[in-house]
Amino acid sequence: MHEFRMPSLGADMEAGTLVEWNMKPGQTVKRGDIVAVVETQKGAVDIEIWEDGVVDRLLVEPGTKVPVGEPIALLRGEGEAAAPPQPAAPAVAVAGPVVAPALPPEKVARAAEVTRVKASPAARRRAADLGVDLSRIEASAADGIVSLADVERAAQQARPPTPGKAAEPDRAAAMRAAVGAAMAKSKREIPHYYLGATIDVTRALSWLEQQNVGRTVAERVLFAAVLIRAAALALAEVPELNGHWTGGRLQIAPAVHLGVGIALRGGGLVAPAIHDAEKKNTVELMRALGDLITRARSGGLRSSELSDATITVTNLGEQGVEEVYGVIYPPQVALVGFGKVLPRPWADGASIAVRQTLRVTLSADHRASVGHRGALYLAALERLLLEPEKLA
Amino acid sequence: MTRQDIRIALIEALSSIAPEGDYAALRGDRPLRDQLDIDSFDFLNVVIRVHDKLGVEVPEADYQKLATLDSAIDYLASRLG
Repeated sequence: MHEFRMPSLGADMEAGTLVEWNMKPGQTVKRGDIVAVVETQKGAVDIEIWEDGVVDRLLVEPGTKVPVGEPIALLRGEGEAAAPPQPAAPAVAVAGPVVAPALPPEKVARAAEVTRVKASPAARRRAADLGVDLSRIEASAADGIVSLADVERAAQQARPPTPGKAAEPDRAAAMRAAVGAAMAKSKREIPHYYLGATIDVTRALSWLEQQNVGRTVAERVLFAAVLIRAAALALAEVPELNGHWTGGRLQIAPAVHLGVGIALRGGGLVAPAIHDAEKKNTVELMRALGDLITRARSGGLRSSELSDATITVTNLGEQGVEEVYGVIYPPQVALVGFGKVLPRPWADGASIAVRQTLRVTLSADHRASVGHRGALYLAALERLLLEPEKLA
Repeated sequence: MTRQDIRIALIEALSSIAPEGDYAALRGDRPLRDQLDIDSFDFLNVVIRVHDKLGVEVPEADYQKLATLDSAIDYLASRLG
């Protein structure tokens, strides 16, 4: 029998509220299946299961807030005998013998197809605050995603306005507090060092422009995807920037799960990972990035995306920022920052030309790497951006 | 297609991407990006929706012409002839 526990979806998560189960006792589950939805300070997250097995018992009812690491379900291996059944929930198991034998898995009805309501994180939170059933709300937008406005409208219709509304928990403040706690831990424990370089991206930009000419609007690749590709590939030369600092030592990750800082409407921040980024080409990375941003904003990130990142990239160039020295997201050991693409005067041999340039920075953990190696990483990144054909 | 039709299609495209924007207070002569807090990824999605709704494929080189609501309506009206 294995305990399936409330996963940690990042260093800043202490607890999560189970929104719904997508599995039932008796059901066979495979590693990677989405088995539950958990509401966190970063919105609703699809929880994946980590091992194959048969669901023995659900220990927690939807609506329950569960600390990270607490068991929420019991799984057994194929063929393993079922545990004596006990009522699901409350989280504390009820002691005492219960005699009814468990049904063999094949006799137990498969879990009904649970259709998950697509809603923005803000809408989900508001609906929870107001006690509105999301599944009863019709989305006004064409994409079928329930928005904050839809929730407000449904709440208005559901009940007459009450004078003197009770104070509501400020979820945005809770999210800021969670991010703040993780960043404080980072600044307290991680001896950051910072490097920066200005890179000529003129060729990379015109290369991308040419690539995009032949593409339909839906296939177009943003420069951000090219930068992500370069950031992932350059790690091959300095692998000690890619991994986790755990138990007092560096664990270099065999694959690059590249976290991408994504701003949420209303001031939130998440950094979910693109899995195996080093194996994806620019078009695939663009697709993965688009999918990730969409799900980060509509609620539907997967637990592995929030817990697996081995390095993070942040891009604040769109806001006009020239450079960003990021705070490392523990237990990761490095963060790459991209600023705004700007025309700058550039020494080209003996003459001066105007080039499109980009400030690239590296914040890295001095326990895991030294400045010399960090410098090699930025040099590798520059080399790739100067020969963009290698980034296809 | 009238300018009003184009305007409605644009607002629909924008509000499906940035549903929490204040469309009643939207100024036609100011950058959409700042008013609606949309980034380049959102913007790409708006261009995709504009293509779906109006059948106009906006090349990358013309993106800047969609910067404000007014300039976008001008541009799309001329493209639709």
